[in-house]
Amino acid sequence: MRSTNAPGPMGERSSSWTARARDEMAERLPMANLLPDRQPYYVGSWVYVFGVVTIAALVLTVLSGVILAIAGPDWWHFSSIGRFFNSVHFWSVQVLFVFMVLHLWGQYFMASWRGGRATTWMIGVVIFAISIGAAFTGYLSQQNFASQWIGVSAKDALNAAGLGAFFNVLNFGQMYGIHVMLLPAAIIVLVALHIVWVRMKGVVRPIESSRPASRSTSEV
Amino acid sequence: MDTPAGYLHWGFILISIPNLLLIGLMIVLFALALVVPLPGEKEKS
Repeated sequence: MRSTNAPGPMGERSSSWTARARDEMAERLPMANLLPDRQPYYVGSWVYVFGVVTIAALVLTVLSGVILAIAGPDWWHFSSIGRFFNSVHFWSVQVLFVFMVLHLWGQYFMASWRGGRATTWMIGVVIFAISIGAAFTGYLSQQNFASQWIGVSAKDALNAAGLGAFFNVLNFGQMYGIHVMLLPAAIIVLVALHIVWVRMKGVVRPIESSRPASRSTSEV
Repeated sequence: MDTPAGYLHWGFILISIPNLLLIGLMIVLFALALVVPLPGEKEKS
């Protein structure tokens, strides 16, 4: 196995896909980029903190959601500790959306798709869209009067769009399954990809920045 | 919490007061993030 993975005498690429994948990853994302201890000077701004706060809120949302899923609707409706975790889940989502939108504003006004970062930007756009769906199915999964009102109001819009047969907002089991499994899994995978792309391409420099990033760096 | 929120209605714009306050707070937070330096960054520059 080792002999087939080794590069040939002329430096040609290995025929093994694992070796090629390993070489490609090492080239595109070296450990110094993946886990950096220094950042360019322009990263020293609160604007760059919005994304990190969004991830922190996502972690809290997922953890509180896992606890809610284990204990079930009776627990989150009728016990004080259940209502506490229900509130933690609800408010961490509010923080998640507030800081995701602030992160979006910051990156939009910085035109952060510059310098080959369009993939990073588009992954973020998809995360935003899926998060709206996750929040919507979360409201429907609450099993209270608000969720019933939202479901009854939304079904007409979805039926008018021809989606009612596939996405029945009055079906608690379907909405709950989508909310706790499909959409969180998609968001977590895409957020991981988003971070990897940020690490591969680096943080975009401000539009008017003229100072070279390598001359003055600060530890973050 | 059980009473419906108040709404502002101005032409085609219809928005609840809590949502309007939250958007205002976000704009203030964004503006502050642009002008307030991170702790420790001033002495480095």
